[in-house]
Amino acid sequence: MALEPEDVRRAAHLARLGLNDDEAERYVDDLSRILDMVDRLQAVDTQGIAPLAHPLDATQRLRADEVTEPNQREHFQHCAPAVENGLYLVPRVVE
Amino acid sequence: MQWEAVIGLEVHVQLATQSKIFSGASTAFGAEPNTQACAVDLGLPGVLPVLNEAAVAMAVQFGLGINAEIPETSIFDRKNYFYPDLPKGYQTSQMYHPIVGPGEVEISLEDGSTKRVRVHHAHLEEDAGKSLHEDFHGMTGIDLNRAGTPLLEIVSEPDMRSAKEAVAYIKALHSIVTYLGISDGNMAEGSMRCDVNVSVRPKGQETLGTRAEIKNVNSFRFVEKAIAYEIERQVELIEEGGKVVQETRLYDPEADETRSMRTKEEANDYRYFPCPDLLPVVLDQAYVDHLRDSLPELPSEKRARFESELGLSAYDASVLSSTRPMAEYFEAVKDSCGDAKLAANWVQGELAGQLNRENLDIADSPISATQLGGLIRRVIDETINGKAAKQVFMALWNGEGETADEVIEAKGLKQVTDTGAIEAMIDQVIADSPVQVAQYVEADEAKRGKMIGYFVGQVMKASRGTANPQQVNALLKQKLDQS
Amino acid sequence: MHDKTLTELATALAAGEFSSRELTESLLARIERLDGELNSFITVTAEQALQAADAADAARAKGEAGPLAGLPLALKDIFCTRGVRTSCGSKMLDNFVSPYDATVVEKLAAAGTISLGKTNMDEFAMGSSNENSHYGPVKNPWDLTAVPGGSSGGSAAAVAAGLVPAALGTDTGGSIRQPAAFCGITGLKPTYGRVSRYGMVAYASSLDQAGPMARSAEDCALLLGTIAGHDLRDSTSVARGVPDYRAELEASLSGLKIGLPKEYFGDGLAPEVEAAVRDAIKVYESLGASVREVSLPHTDLAIPAYYVIAPAEASSNLSRYDGVRFGHRCENPADLEDLYKRTRAEGFGDEVKRRILIGTHTLSEGFFDAYYKKAQQVRRLIRQDFLDAFEDVDVLMGPASPTPAFDLGAKKDPVSMYLQDIYTIAINLAGIPGISVPAGFASGRPVGLQILGPHFAEQQLLNVAHQFQQATDWHRRQPAFGKENA
Repeated sequence: MALEPEDVRRAAHLARLGLNDDEAERYVDDLSRILDMVDRLQAVDTQGIAPLAHPLDATQRLRADEVTEPNQREHFQHCAPAVENGLYLVPRVVE
Repeated sequence: MQWEAVIGLEVHVQLATQSKIFSGASTAFGAEPNTQACAVDLGLPGVLPVLNEAAVAMAVQFGLGINAEIPETSIFDRKNYFYPDLPKGYQTSQMYHPIVGPGEVEISLEDGSTKRVRVHHAHLEEDAGKSLHEDFHGMTGIDLNRAGTPLLEIVSEPDMRSAKEAVAYIKALHSIVTYLGISDGNMAEGSMRCDVNVSVRPKGQETLGTRAEIKNVNSFRFVEKAIAYEIERQVELIEEGGKVVQETRLYDPEADETRSMRTKEEANDYRYFPCPDLLPVVLDQAYVDHLRDSLPELPSEKRARFESELGLSAYDASVLSSTRPMAEYFEAVKDSCGDAKLAANWVQGELAGQLNRENLDIADSPISATQLGGLIRRVIDETINGKAAKQVFMALWNGEGETADEVIEAKGLKQVTDTGAIEAMIDQVIADSPVQVAQYVEADEAKRGKMIGYFVGQVMKASRGTANPQQVNALLKQKLDQS
Repeated sequence: MHDKTLTELATALAAGEFSSRELTESLLARIERLDGELNSFITVTAEQALQAADAADAARAKGEAGPLAGLPLALKDIFCTRGVRTSCGSKMLDNFVSPYDATVVEKLAAAGTISLGKTNMDEFAMGSSNENSHYGPVKNPWDLTAVPGGSSGGSAAAVAAGLVPAALGTDTGGSIRQPAAFCGITGLKPTYGRVSRYGMVAYASSLDQAGPMARSAEDCALLLGTIAGHDLRDSTSVARGVPDYRAELEASLSGLKIGLPKEYFGDGLAPEVEAAVRDAIKVYESLGASVREVSLPHTDLAIPAYYVIAPAEASSNLSRYDGVRFGHRCENPADLEDLYKRTRAEGFGDEVKRRILIGTHTLSEGFFDAYYKKAQQVRRLIRQDFLDAFEDVDVLMGPASPTPAFDLGAKKDPVSMYLQDIYTIAINLAGIPGISVPAGFASGRPVGLQILGPHFAEQQLLNVAHQFQQATDWHRRQPAFGKENA
């Protein structure tokens, strides 16, 4: 499947990756070659084959409903870039 | 033209677990910002989710409560999008294999009829945090305490045809989840949040009209008003030659209108895929059976039983089964006094009135079900008359005694049935009322019936309400007729 | 001291030949002297290491030292370490001091081991040459003009150069086995779910697995026994007992059935590498094993399937780096979108961006079925290849990489770099364990023999690898690099 510059711009926006035009162009090229390689998959007949999401056929283990995590706000916010009154700050969100 | 509205709802119910769906942080409401956001909730590098058993059990209980299919396997997916209150950049949800399959909810309409609303499915997901916009030098503050709180999203089929039906549906869900004890149902704290899909079409037309989604309507009243407004808006728009556009709208309670959300956002592409950090949830039959066996009686079953076994009217049965605290209170009163109809009358009459006046929930009633039952017992065995019963009720309400018997004793409200004592009081009243006696004697039989009321009143007053009114009546009639 | 195996060091410490402090000081001095050139460490935690060494010595004096007490190790900088920067080789996390420890880090500390620091790696474990690190490339101690392999290149180079006797790495598509092969050390990727992933910065969650990198299979057995096991914090870790991985090391290989996947000996395999691997297999025959050819028919689909699945998972796993709660944040963001886009544009390197874009694209509407679903179906076929092969043979053997370590800067094209992982990637898709052991040299650069086993066959893999190392001394060879400077 051929990749268009628009596809790369769209993916970059969905992934919130800032790209300038030069980079976008370069990625069209890189990504096209990767997808060409990946396209070998299309030749395989996979009809009736269940997708495999995990390598082991294991099932989810459940956790008891207990509060085990104490408040560590100050500790966790040491590594935060912008905090005030215990809140993480971001540029104003317009709703 | 006759128009018909088609309404479907997505209701997010916050499950009443102690800890979050994928972490051991507390879900308690109202804590200081970010004090209940642990490493997993914050999405720190390297952390992993582990599923809370209680969230699974509650979802399954809901499914069983609406007679839904419970698939053996359900799978968590990631819904990818960026938003500051979504720490990992994806919400863990269930897109393709939800925990609860198709089911049904019975709703009661105002005219006493019922209707079945189909539930398409219900799935588990994690809640996001909260954005706070006030007062951070033009910045937005993010509180992630709510992030990771378990939600059950219940998706209905578009089976409702009016705002009232939609409200009845939400009330029915509210009643089911609170009966099951899987949610506190507190809409003010966001424990139930509704997204409403509304479209209109000419009556009789098969195909659906274009729908608008109204996001985050958070009270029964607003749901009704928002839908009513939206139906009117769409009908007017079409009748004026316009077209409804598929969009997300917000309801503004102050203006009582819905408004299009200004979004420059292109159509979302959430890139759902199975969450590789969580494995398929497989529920064995024994587990589901165990949950089914421990299911409490649900509102519709209770309503039916109140009618058939207790002989209550459809209306009484419906009111008394509407919430679990109400039903539990009523049943405790009934068990204590042994008379369902009297219990129903007292709970819906005196008690409901007083609760209403003081704006209290039945769960916060100052009179316990046992106290009320004890009071009704004394009415049944004629220890007190109806008038005294109301006095005892108020005394208990005001905390002037532990039991009805204690109040009756302390206030001397025990009904006087001693004929001699009543006769003495009657003689006194007759002696004190020569004019009225004379009038009575002269009156014909028809008028006497009304005039006797005066004497009864006087005797009751003299007994401070404790005389047995039937006895007073009979004795008075005897004595006056002899005069 | 720097040329001893972990097992030998444990014996020496127990015998009181030297203290853990002496050992730690000597290795720290060696790092100080040599790593400027090698660049195998991102962060050296000398102070904490010496404190831990003293604690281990004190415990030993009281007779309370366990078998691993006082042994120095290094951790790939992908494992969260409380109070120590955990960069994952990325500018994005250059300022990230983890507030918590990964489960494996806790387990190693509880066993009394000493971390000397955090090793260099390809950014977010994406790469096969360690050239994608924000902290610069690592050099191969066997030839400073060659790459050490990736993504656990720092761990491999540090062990090979004698800076540390063993290190932890992670392997998503070959990131333990390929650098182990390139650097002439022993590296084990356990069965998926054998070792907890909690606290290991995620690249591709259904493929990532941590494992030991050391000078011998015996050392790997010692370390695996310490880090393996069920973790309540990792739903994908397996609730299954941890055997004593050293118990079967000496078992005879007589009757062992070895399969040689014919697809692992085809075009693109360097003749010198093939020769070394075939020689190794002859050693096994001399030990009593039988050899037969087998087929893994979907081998050529492994790289295509991997480059759908891994980037898809990565694109989602890396969304949390948004400049809000930790990590890099751009200066003066104009609005929310600017915060996200600039933070991520500045914080991520080229290869990471490529994989995020590929993953985002292949998951997006209209492409999901053709790419993601298809790749997962193919993943099942690939796993089935292995399950079928293990019906007939006990282990599979082949080269860990088609070539020895290539030159720094040699592979500019991402696809040609990806194709390097032809023999390692399928193993992660299938979730089976694999080990690379030194098996000779090609053009002066080490060659790795890869041994694969069924799910949870680590004990057998370690036995098979150990017996080879009893019969050969490739694993004892040391590069000139350390010696020249010694």
